[in-house]
Amino acid sequence: MPPEAGAKLRVLRWKRFVEGDETAFTRNVQEFSKRYGVEVKVDSEGWEDVRPKAAVAANVGSGPDLITGWFDDPHQYPDKLVDMTDLADYLGKKYGGWYDVCRKYGQRAGTQQWIAIPWGIIGNALVYRESQVKAAGFSGIPGDTAGFLQLCQALKAKGTPPGFALGKAVGDGNNWVHWLLWSHGGKLVDASSRVVINSPETIAALEYGRALYQTFVPGTLSWLDPNNNKAFLDSQISLTANGISVYYSAKNSPEPKLKELANDIQHARFPIGPVGKPSELMQISQWMLFKHSKYPNASKEFVRFLMEAEQYNPWMQSAIGYVSQPLRAYEANPVWTADAKHTAFRDGGNFILDVGHGGPLGPASAAALADYIVLDMVAEASSGARSPKDAALRAEARAKRIYRS
Amino acid sequence: MLERLQNSRQAFGWVLLIPSALLLLGLLAYPLGLGVWLGFTDAKIGSAGEWVGLENFAYLLTDDVVQLAVFNTLFYTLLASALKFGLGLWLALLLNHHLPFKSLLRAIVLLPWIVPTALSAIAFWWLYDAQFSVLSWLLRWLGVIDQSIDFLGDPMNARFSTIAANVWRGVPFVAISLLAGLQTIPPALYEACAIDGASPWQRFVHITLPLLTPIIAVVMTFSVLFTFGDFQLIYVLTRGGPLNATHLLATLAFQRGISGGALGEGAAIAALMLPFLMGAVLFSYFGLGRRSWQK
Repeated sequence: MPPEAGAKLRVLRWKRFVEGDETAFTRNVQEFSKRYGVEVKVDSEGWEDVRPKAAVAANVGSGPDLITGWFDDPHQYPDKLVDMTDLADYLGKKYGGWYDVCRKYGQRAGTQQWIAIPWGIIGNALVYRESQVKAAGFSGIPGDTAGFLQLCQALKAKGTPPGFALGKAVGDGNNWVHWLLWSHGGKLVDASSRVVINSPETIAALEYGRALYQTFVPGTLSWLDPNNNKAFLDSQISLTANGISVYYSAKNSPEPKLKELANDIQHARFPIGPVGKPSELMQISQWMLFKHSKYPNASKEFVRFLMEAEQYNPWMQSAIGYVSQPLRAYEANPVWTADAKHTAFRDGGNFILDVGHGGPLGPASAAALADYIVLDMVAEASSGARSPKDAALRAEARAKRIYRS
Repeated sequence: MLERLQNSRQAFGWVLLIPSALLLLGLLAYPLGLGVWLGFTDAKIGSAGEWVGLENFAYLLTDDVVQLAVFNTLFYTLLASALKFGLGLWLALLLNHHLPFKSLLRAIVLLPWIVPTALSAIAFWWLYDAQFSVLSWLLRWLGVIDQSIDFLGDPMNARFSTIAANVWRGVPFVAISLLAGLQTIPPALYEACAIDGASPWQRFVHITLPLLTPIIAVVMTFSVLFTFGDFQLIYVLTRGGPLNATHLLATLAFQRGISGGALGEGAAIAALMLPFLMGAVLFSYFGLGRRSWQK
């Protein structure tokens, strides 16, 4: 549908993590304005501030026309969002289909109705120093959790410990602790939203986490999102989990020392746990169009424009692998093969689980993540502040409150 | 009607009061009332919610993160306020002497208070960094320690570290306000005292302290209120970690109410602060303020 005459759009997106994202995004927006005669005003907010702002916009019924939300945002206020099914079907057909996990994120629970358009997955992978892993006697990252623990123990013995965030690190902390839980078969709730966190699988995960924590560099309980990047770039840790930004900043640094470090950086997938299949968490961002928008057609057209190959591919390329595609056809983007070290970030859509894993997406899954239930549980059990059993019990109590109907 | 209004002094007074009364009601009383009311509902961001009575509060009392946050908040407030009072009073007494570059010194003392909290908090975040702390580095270099101090990763360390940062920021306010109070004390009283042969300690206890009490009451009430409701510092330094050891009621209310979307529960946590705050105000009003005024 053509944009409404005289349409003006207000767009709120999260502030870029890598510069290339913003330059390409801005170029695409300008191109849209030029081609359709629609003025677009883009505001950027810190990525964690977008969620409350979007929620307030939904609540009071005014604000930007389009917001790029996170995770299950659309499922918190599905009634305030414009149906995007036609656009999602069009894009899915044209570009090789949506990944299953994107379908779950974009569609209203239990229906085929799309309430948001998945925009991109913020890739996350193990980042490690090849030379140090070799020195510890491993040719690469073992594919199983048992081997992975041995690697971490060997790294620690060599004086080049790993480090994973256990403070309230919204991205880097949550991502790896959910892998820890899910890879062992633990989950917060089952399909009927019954809390099942206090399970033998969870206890096994927490015991594994405790053993892993013994190998970490000191101080990880205080780590927020930026800490592991800093420690890694300063060669204080040999292994962590992060987006592509660590590699990117080393590679593009004017300092020869960091450039050299970039040559030694490798990326790998998280190992597979007892559950037998990849089970990771990554941030995903989606376009939400609010019903209070006066220009729904122009807004939809704007999202369509950005998601089309002519705009999406150059944007993803410019973001140097920080964002990965929700649509399968974009796997062929040259950014993933231009540098072999990018490839590990390509297939997030194929093996991430949704943040509500086990149960539905909605206010409860959002609240559980925001309240750090899993992260606190892992931190408590790993540090020995609580026994795995007690940590799981506390998580259970909190989850029951959040998932009460 | 208008004429009668003009002729009645009392009515005219009331009319003049209306703008400020509206401001207070609209910008303070209404949001406060709304916040407390939300605490009695199960409102979520995006849905209005229904009245659930005391259900939120009943749950919160059983929640050990909330219990921990209450303890943290009291610990943080009491220790930080006591330190701010002690150091602030000491600094005020020092600054009250005739010193060279008096104005410059006073301006410098105010600096920590002028710097936006978010910025000074980031500076402290680096000072306390697990890997890059300059304090750890210095102590290691001096040979005092052989491993970095885990300022924010150990629960007790984290509490003391955040309190130290809060004290650093809050002392200037207390010091400058008390300094203003000190300067209102007539020098004649000290002279009379000196003639009677009073020691400096006696002068402090029998003149300075009693005459300063009303100011202390006001300043410390403000200081306690600011500290009790602190948010920015914690949010930048720890977000309430490690293991929730530095979660204050304000940060927990934000985490659950705004980030987590449980407006009702978040509002209820925020409302838990009210009895404590009321208590602090009443204590200073009846305990300190009035008694000294009545003398």
